[in-house]
Amino acid sequence: MTTMTLSDTRRLLAAEPMGTLPRLSPDTLLALADDAGLTGRGGAGFPTAIKVRAVTQGRRAPVVVGNAMEGEPLSYKDAVLLTRVPYLVVDGLAIVARALGAHEAVLAVGPEIDPTAAIEAARTRGVQVAHLEGGFVAGQESALVNQLDGRPAIPGDPLVRVTTRGVYGRPTLVLNAETLAQLGLIARHGVAWFREAGLPEDPGTSLFSISGSVEHAGVVEAPRGSLLGDVLASAGPVHPVAVLVGGFHGAWVPATAPATRLTAHDLKPYGAAVGAGVLHVLGHDTCPIRMAAGIAGYLAEESAAQCGPCINGLPRMADALERLADRVPDPGLPSEIDRMRLLVTGRGACAHPDGTARMVASTMRVFADHVSRHLAGHCEIEGGRR
Amino acid sequence: MTRLHVDWTRCDGHGACAELVPELLASDEWGFPLSRTGERDPEVPVSLEEHADHAVRSCPLMALRLV
Repeated sequence: MTTMTLSDTRRLLAAEPMGTLPRLSPDTLLALADDAGLTGRGGAGFPTAIKVRAVTQGRRAPVVVGNAMEGEPLSYKDAVLLTRVPYLVVDGLAIVARALGAHEAVLAVGPEIDPTAAIEAARTRGVQVAHLEGGFVAGQESALVNQLDGRPAIPGDPLVRVTTRGVYGRPTLVLNAETLAQLGLIARHGVAWFREAGLPEDPGTSLFSISGSVEHAGVVEAPRGSLLGDVLASAGPVHPVAVLVGGFHGAWVPATAPATRLTAHDLKPYGAAVGAGVLHVLGHDTCPIRMAAGIAGYLAEESAAQCGPCINGLPRMADALERLADRVPDPGLPSEIDRMRLLVTGRGACAHPDGTARMVASTMRVFADHVSRHLAGHCEIEGGRR
Repeated sequence: MTRLHVDWTRCDGHGACAELVPELLASDEWGFPLSRTGERDPEVPVSLEEHADHAVRSCPLMALRLV
């Protein structure tokens, strides 16, 4: 996978190995994460300090887990980190584990990632590397904890938080591989250095995985709050129509809005979020409905097959979308898609149905004109009715 | 404030809950509980606490909890 850089933001991918690791107290670690305004880089974007604080409340020593499952098919950043700068992730994990007096530190690596370099880097740092089974939901926190505990890799009831009861029943802190790498750099260079990039309310840098209709797909590091167009420019978009921001659970931003900042605030009107930094460019030669139907079908297949609404609703939604892509002359398709989308939202142990519904809702909204033409039996990309 | 929580990892859509507290839960077309209030875990008014408690105890998979 190629990597690209924007000016002055080569932090993660240019980092040198550390010698001796800084020893932090739990309070210092908390203060660093808090003052840096670090947010999780795995998808949910949750403030790291809040998660760290949650595992310091209990009496038992926590387990700290580095999450490099990277089940999102359009994301490559954790793979790039673990092959280019594995010591950065391992050291970040070791620093956190030592500061918290952890019972164990485990780096969970998904099946798509070669763990060799990480295993080598972890050897002298007291970090274990677990090369695990994958799937789209396997990186979800409770699913990951379940797999590490020897149970099926499916999400648990969210009422039981992993920060309270996780691996071995211990409080468990799960942080994404990039988040750990960022924390390691903050411990080394300080909060002020971290905040030199990005925005005051959203500081630092992020890795973005760029794919789709581009000259060269790859991973780019850019300051938080960069313009969508600036980040994409590094990959050379080819006839872009829209960008799927946030991956398969994400939402579309039309290519006519390159001045959109990659922030929660600017992406909110599109129902999107930066998430794990996935940017997939839809070119003018791909039917957006066809693309969305493919993603919805994949996500239906990737359901953990645990919760009723997800098992039943996702295939129905994907099927209706597929028929719309095929220009089946059924004016009831959009309302059926809408009904399924609302029926699965908020009903399941994890956010898989909600994320799938979000992507589908965005497709129907952003490509409303295209939907109308499909209902009239025509697609300007695929032609007349099948 | 008490809420009625469905543990989706246990629920198999037996449907007893929707029979016992129809004010809070309906059944979807596959028989799984569907919150009537639009909230993920519907709030239980004091007047329905007894019924909700009965539903919790009647679930064959112990998938329902008052939280």
